[in-house]
Amino acid sequence: MRIGVPKEVTPGERRVATTPEAVGHLVKLGFTVAVETGAGAQASFSDDAYRAAGAEVLPDAGAVWSTADIVLKVRPPVDEEVERMRAGQILIAFLAPAQNPRLLETLAQKGVTALAVEGIPRISRAQKLDALSSMANIAGYRAVVEAAQHFGRFFMGQITAAGKVPPAKVLVIGAGVAGLSAIGTAKGLGAIVRAFDTRPAVKEQVESMDAEFLMLDFEEEGEGAGGYAKVMSDEFIAAEMALFREQAKEVDIIITTALIPGKPAPKLITRDMVESMKRGSVIVDLAAEQGGNCELTEPGKVIEHDGVTIIGYTDLPSRLPGQASQMYATNLRHLLADMCPGKDGNVVIDMDDEVIRGATVVKDGEITWPPPPPKISAAPPKPAEPAVVQPAPAKARPAWLGPLVTFGLGALVLAVVGLFAPPSFMAHFTVFVLACFVGYMVIWNVTPALHTPLMSVTNAISSIIIIGALLQISSPEPVIKWSAFVAVLITSVNIAGGFAVTRRMLAMFRR
Amino acid sequence: MSNGLVTASYIGATVLFILALGGLSHQETARRGNLYGMLGMGIALVATFLGVVTANYGILILALVVGGAFGLVLARRVQMTQMPELVAILHSLVGLAAVLVGFANFMDPATHHVGVEKTIHDVETYLGILIGAVTFSGSVVAFGKLSGKIGGKPLLLPARHWLNLGLLIIAIWLGGWFLGASESQAGLVPLVLMTVVALLFGIHMVAAIGGADMPVVISMLNSYSGWAAAATGFMLENDLLIVTGALVGSSGAILSYIMCRAMNRKFLSVIAGGFGTGGGAAAAAGEQGEVRALEPEEAAQLLADAKHVVIVPGYGMAVAQAQHAVYELTKQLQSRGVDVRFAIHPVAGRMPGHMNVLLAEANVPYDIVHEMDEINDDFPNVDVSIVIGANDIVNPSAQEVPDSPIAGMPVLEVWKGRTTFVLKRSMATGYAGVENPLFYKENTYMLFGDARDTLTALIKAL
Repeated sequence: MRIGVPKEVTPGERRVATTPEAVGHLVKLGFTVAVETGAGAQASFSDDAYRAAGAEVLPDAGAVWSTADIVLKVRPPVDEEVERMRAGQILIAFLAPAQNPRLLETLAQKGVTALAVEGIPRISRAQKLDALSSMANIAGYRAVVEAAQHFGRFFMGQITAAGKVPPAKVLVIGAGVAGLSAIGTAKGLGAIVRAFDTRPAVKEQVESMDAEFLMLDFEEEGEGAGGYAKVMSDEFIAAEMALFREQAKEVDIIITTALIPGKPAPKLITRDMVESMKRGSVIVDLAAEQGGNCELTEPGKVIEHDGVTIIGYTDLPSRLPGQASQMYATNLRHLLADMCPGKDGNVVIDMDDEVIRGATVVKDGEITWPPPPPKISAAPPKPAEPAVVQPAPAKARPAWLGPLVTFGLGALVLAVVGLFAPPSFMAHFTVFVLACFVGYMVIWNVTPALHTPLMSVTNAISSIIIIGALLQISSPEPVIKWSAFVAVLITSVNIAGGFAVTRRMLAMFRR
Repeated sequence: MSNGLVTASYIGATVLFILALGGLSHQETARRGNLYGMLGMGIALVATFLGVVTANYGILILALVVGGAFGLVLARRVQMTQMPELVAILHSLVGLAAVLVGFANFMDPATHHVGVEKTIHDVETYLGILIGAVTFSGSVVAFGKLSGKIGGKPLLLPARHWLNLGLLIIAIWLGGWFLGASESQAGLVPLVLMTVVALLFGIHMVAAIGGADMPVVISMLNSYSGWAAAATGFMLENDLLIVTGALVGSSGAILSYIMCRAMNRKFLSVIAGGFGTGGGAAAAAGEQGEVRALEPEEAAQLLADAKHVVIVPGYGMAVAQAQHAVYELTKQLQSRGVDVRFAIHPVAGRMPGHMNVLLAEANVPYDIVHEMDEINDDFPNVDVSIVIGANDIVNPSAQEVPDSPIAGMPVLEVWKGRTTFVLKRSMATGYAGVENPLFYKENTYMLFGDARDTLTALIKAL
């Protein structure tokens, strides 16, 4: 099948849906690839590079659209692009199906099959297809870079001849993919990073990046279906806002990434918080497209309010076009590889495949969005906690009973032995029991690293049984003499072998 | 040499043996400990030789020299990966010697006891031979399993618990017969029959135990060889044998206990053989997701960027003889300023401390080799963990899946680190037959292939 990649037409969009590297992989899968001339120019991929990778470069968008069986795009198609589509064509792009019902209808009428990459479920198998995460990662990185550009100071603290520079303090709200990426980047620049998230599960991830996780003194699980955040209770939000209000006075940079699927972004940073921030502080609002986490955010713009810069760019991934194109192209090529099990350049839209089902929004003239909720794979919802109030452990045996039974039994055995055994035996028995205890004490001290030498050395000394054979070897009886001979023979193998091999092993242990 | 002097020498030997075991508590004192052991053995032998032996010096010296020489050659030739086999076969020799000494003692007309003393003596003889025979046949089977001469799969006869019980009852019944008949040579018949029963029991017991339970079996046989020596000591009324036997016996018992605890299994259920039998089928843990395979070149890239690396070796490292390649990699990484450590699970490998010996052979300094408890809390700070041929000891289901067959077993928490590489030949399950969700975690990458080849490729790529 033929894959077509037109140049993006949305103003300001610099990404491209495939890269020369991905083209190479697609060709290997049996596809032919056609790219519109200049499609990768803004992401620094030249037409020649595409040609070298095996793609055909077509002079205009019309040629790409009319010949392609599969069209790869970044942004949703604009009206004139939709008009160019024909029945049977497959479109793969960010389609924002929830926001674009009209687009889906048009595509359905045209008989186009459309896959929205946002719809790929977040299950572990689909991670390499997850373009949303790729873009979020880039957005998180870029958010810090943008903040750095508008922030008039160092991120890293320094002590210089010209005085001490305190490190910048960064607060990241929402530790999803974008948030973690922002944490990592800010940390890399040397800032002090704090992070907040309603899902306590991400605490570990935040701390693994050496950032501080801000805790609310409040019990509520913020994890909804599929690992995304959910709407929290009013009390929780009040506590959360108090925390942000506190932090706003202190930090230099706030990066907000709080999104709840299918809802407008929660307003977390209010006007008075912005006004309480130090002059020169920066807020980067990654939720600007969904209305923004900050009350004052203006989507797509950078504004200044009371000395605080508020960045509301909605095209952060596009501001890193090379990286974004490369990751997006890789995601798409993995998706195509999954859809092309025969590696023969023919795609199959398998609606039983959870991933493909999730992504497919229009098929055979019908709108198939929204998909049924994904089956949760990795972490099944926790079973309800068993009732906390447990009956008092009435059945449990008191702690003193165990030792009592042990001692009782021991005393009984000793008494029986003492009653019947002759004194000579008792003397040996004393030695035996004491030796067991000495062994017990000594062996617990042996370091586990030396357990193998311990076994070989105990093996050697257990050959002390040779003494028994020596006592017998002088016997005039031939049977006894010869069996003693064999016993001496084999135990001396053991003695010599056991000690020698222990020596050899111990010689290897070195500091 | 007077009797008193012989006894005094025995006391000296006893003390030296205790010091020998005590010396093993640290690497620094271990070599001296081994010397004490040799010295003790030498003193005991010389004292017995001078004080007790009265005739047949010729064959005695012949046996000592031939046996000693053979033992030395064996010790020199053995490969470190074959240590478990060597230890197993050496145990069998102790068992055999106990049987021989027991029989010889029984047939010796010079031993005379009457009344209770006679009964006690007979019981001691009987027990000594019984334990010796079980140790002997059990160790031989263990040797066969470890060296691959016998398949490692547990042999599960139908009604095997009843079979064991039956053998035990027969042994007790034969004991009664023996005590009644031991006055004359007639006692020989039940004694021989019992030996046969004990040999069968030993074979059956070890045959029913699978490969990865071998650490327990070896330490258990180690313990038995000690008890056999102690029983012989009672029989011969020799305190040196009793003490030494008791030391070795408790040492083996403690090792078995440590191994069982490390697998979170009951000693009895290991000995009863078979894994998970009666505990329900090993449940598949639902949808598994996808594994990410990685080429050595890409892995090398990640390693080059790492600051803290932990290597977790398992039995697969021993099989692939990869310990030298592991150290090569360690040196490579260290020269780049990477902090490399090793994490050893108590039951990694086929005998207690197996991995430590292999790493020591490859010259890995022991102060970067850590036990599970020492290092487990550090995993969140680790950039890359490299798991080499290990499976169950890094299986998160032990903590996460309450009804998993290995639930509750302490494991190395590698998945808490940033990334994990798993070097493995295939996706086969480990010994416990439990799927390992670690392989499907997002931060785990599989490097398929022979561990040594993969490591060599890694070193080259670095």
